[in-house]
Amino acid sequence: MSEAKEFKYIGQRTIRPDGYDKVTGRATYGADLSLPGMIWGKTLRSPHAHAKIVSIDTSKAEAHPDVMAVATFQDFVTLQSESIAGGEGAADVLDVARNCLADDKVLYHGHAIAAIAARTERAAKDALALIDVTYEILPPVMDVEEAMKESAPVLHEDMFTNGYDEKPSKASNIATRVEMKMGDVDAGFADADVIVEREFRTPTAHQGYIEPHACTVTYSEDGQSMVWCCTQGHFDVRTLTAKVLGMDLGKLKVIASEIGGGFGGKTVIYQEPVALVLSKKSGRPVKMVMERDEVFIATGPTSAAKLKAKVGIKKDGTITAMQGWMAYEAGAFKGSPMMPGVMTMFTPYDCPNVLVEGFDVVVNKSKVAAYRAPGAPQAEYAAEMVINELAEMLGMDPIELRLKNAAKEGTQTIYGPKLKRVGLIECLEAAKNSPHYQSALPEGQGRGLAAGFWFNVGGQSSVTVNMNPDGTGTIVEGSPDIGGSRASMQMMAAEVLQIEPKNLKPIIADTENLPYSQGTGGSRTTFATGMAVIEASEKVVAQVKERAAAVWNVTAEQVEYADGVARNTAGEDAMTLAEVCKSAEKTGGQISGNANINARGAGPSFAVHICDVAVDKETGKVDVTRYTAIQDAGKAIHPGYVEGQLQGGAVQGIGWALNEEYVYNADGVMENPGFLDYRIPLASDLPMIETIIVEVPNAFHPYGVRGVGETGIIPPLGAVGYAVGNAIGRKVEELPCSPPRVLALIQNG
Amino acid sequence: MAKSHVTTSVNGEPQEFLCEPGDTLLDVLRNELNLTGTKEGCGSGDCGACSVTLNGRLVCACLVLGVEVEGAEVGTIEGVSSGDGLHVIQEKFLEHAALQCGICTPGLIVSTKALLEENPNPTEEEARYYLAGNLCRCTGYDKIIRAVMDSAETLRGAV
Amino acid sequence: MAIVIFSSELQRLTGEEQTRVDAEVFKDIVAEISYQYAALEYDALMKMAVAIDGEIIHTPFLEKVAASSEIHFLYRISGG
Repeated sequence: MSEAKEFKYIGQRTIRPDGYDKVTGRATYGADLSLPGMIWGKTLRSPHAHAKIVSIDTSKAEAHPDVMAVATFQDFVTLQSESIAGGEGAADVLDVARNCLADDKVLYHGHAIAAIAARTERAAKDALALIDVTYEILPPVMDVEEAMKESAPVLHEDMFTNGYDEKPSKASNIATRVEMKMGDVDAGFADADVIVEREFRTPTAHQGYIEPHACTVTYSEDGQSMVWCCTQGHFDVRTLTAKVLGMDLGKLKVIASEIGGGFGGKTVIYQEPVALVLSKKSGRPVKMVMERDEVFIATGPTSAAKLKAKVGIKKDGTITAMQGWMAYEAGAFKGSPMMPGVMTMFTPYDCPNVLVEGFDVVVNKSKVAAYRAPGAPQAEYAAEMVINELAEMLGMDPIELRLKNAAKEGTQTIYGPKLKRVGLIECLEAAKNSPHYQSALPEGQGRGLAAGFWFNVGGQSSVTVNMNPDGTGTIVEGSPDIGGSRASMQMMAAEVLQIEPKNLKPIIADTENLPYSQGTGGSRTTFATGMAVIEASEKVVAQVKERAAAVWNVTAEQVEYADGVARNTAGEDAMTLAEVCKSAEKTGGQISGNANINARGAGPSFAVHICDVAVDKETGKVDVTRYTAIQDAGKAIHPGYVEGQLQGGAVQGIGWALNEEYVYNADGVMENPGFLDYRIPLASDLPMIETIIVEVPNAFHPYGVRGVGETGIIPPLGAVGYAVGNAIGRKVEELPCSPPRVLALIQNG
Repeated sequence: MAKSHVTTSVNGEPQEFLCEPGDTLLDVLRNELNLTGTKEGCGSGDCGACSVTLNGRLVCACLVLGVEVEGAEVGTIEGVSSGDGLHVIQEKFLEHAALQCGICTPGLIVSTKALLEENPNPTEEEARYYLAGNLCRCTGYDKIIRAVMDSAETLRGAV
Repeated sequence: MAIVIFSSELQRLTGEEQTRVDAEVFKDIVAEISYQYAALEYDALMKMAVAIDGEIIHTPFLEKVAASSEIHFLYRISGG
């Protein structure tokens, strides 16, 4: 099914159908909708990292002539702790509500406490000072190791660690402990000739999307509501918001605007329920747009982590045992991506003896949100650094060492099943033969290499393909387009309908135009929504055949459809798709195909990255001089946008490895909540990012697609980290490799 | 406080608006003139999403006050194409897939136009440094720079 | 009979590495093992993803399971 196949439209570098609006400024993003009578909402945020809220007095604010409504946690319905599917996996709805507006405690600097809607943005912001909050300040816990200590101040009095045989008697900051294992690591280590064990640290980092969270909402007298917001998953915004406000799903319409980046950070809700409360109370549409510092201190980020990796190996390069330990910061509420970290850490390796222990720990920082392959970059960074060190100790090429132990079809994973067909070996071979790897490392520079693994997910996608009487069509789908996916939907439908992609218009429908569709994330869109597009298009073809058959007095089985034309195999008749659509009125009504699926069979995507760096030994500044990203896409529907995912993921990983980190003061206040000092990569920091797309088809998708969006952020941490160490002759353990850290390594060894 | 009345020209068209002293040009463009193509990414001049030209000079609209554009000529993304098809830069961005989410694209296109008017034959390094004030989180800049270099070549050839 | 293999996490609750279950539809398998092992809750199991013969399925409620199938319960991965 997905072996080397000749495609008519798939695989081309088409112009994305939404492109014209994007390059002219016409495309409307989260903050771009204004409505008649609209007023502005702003949020009062905690100045303290950890405190009890003794009292909130909003009376002075409410008395202000420009203020039209005030919202606090009391405006939400009474909720119980309940795990519901929404956004990036299970969310505890009580935690979600408490994060939108604080309940009895503030748990991080920036935690939302109340919100005001006023006639102008400035008036709303100024009126925040009129809200009186009395706090009982508590000592903040800002570090995962500190948080895990017996003596640490406890964030949640009702948190007792899950994952021990006996429930602990004392509340702690450890929400969950997990252990996964297979085989016998002790025996494996006993068998090893060489063992390397290292500790690593990765920082709190933000997804860094350029577009701040924004929404415009209306709440009508009959309870019908509308939310316009930038989100990766508008159906999940509906689910979570309705839950927090006690609304019926059918009364809440959510429209996904164009989105200016998400990377997982826009799969959750922050302002939406708050804005609806303000709209309900004021009787006016309300717009809420976060400022940049709010985005940093009160959304995302991803987990800082402390990790340990220990790998044993024989002299011939066979890995005999792999052991890991990780503690992830969840932020203010439980739920870091520790579990995927545990599951992915050693998955690129075929080793029978593996043990990984993980801890989900709360600290007084913003509640973490998903960030591109959540949990995997930190864990796999630790593993890849140790593997590289072992290769160096054995005098073995790091690619050869990985090839010798590479996960492949049939490899037993630590999380249970055996892998199906995967492309790690193909990626390693491509790395070995790449122009980058074949080139000599320039004098004085360092080189690093790393692999990466991510599961990719399937899930629910709903699509309708509506044919117009002139034979053009609309693809109505529910996956917000964060990276050009509409171009791929267009091509996949075109491939089935056998007409030019430009005759098909993909649109992202709102929650009232389609049944539930899972959000854009998890590298699922080209795979799962694509599958639904294909199935819906096939139903159109089936209807076309039936209509033609009826006109020709033959059976549908006697009609063949190819190249956009239906032909009577029992005669000479032929009708183009356009002709069949034109006569649809006469043959039974309009033609449209629908597919509401729960896609399964998502194929994992492996990647291998190579990085060269030059380090200025006087300043500690690291320059990436050459970078190659190699990844298995299964089948690249639009090669340009697949390359874009590889490059984008690589550069986010480079930023994470070199410069990005949250800097907190002793009071738990973030000191660098802006793009000047939270330093993401700039155009001047980087070379071109070479890409190699490997295609090992995923048999579960009609065209062989594997998701590619996420894996690319995983290898850079190890590739860059190891390259820096290689350049300066030191062991890198802590990220980011910012100039002060690199200098300290050089000077102190 | 009484608002100021400002008369200006945006993309060659006369415009007038009322604004508070503290309103930025970005606020005014988006909220008074309904030109939402210029985006706010940070409000502090660090991201370049609000890049516009002021009397031909590339600036961050969030760092210019609304009252400052009295009698001036402002150029925004909405004025880049002539209305008779896309500007070469816009075409090249599409051809090279130099945008993913597109939020940085208006600012980048305005900045690229300013770059190529100033320096029609930039090296890759010159292009990267000129555009260093325009942050992109999606693309890693590779395809953007290719689009810029290709635009430069095409525009030079068209002269 | 299909074989259900317990992860090391679930082994803490079941005390066993695996079990065989005589059921043809996934929801019946869950009912059976939550009955067999007091510490396994039906609702908690239903919130997990499952790998049936290596294919990961997030909501396998009505999945047909063959007599020779191998089943693993998994944390439901979402992504970002």
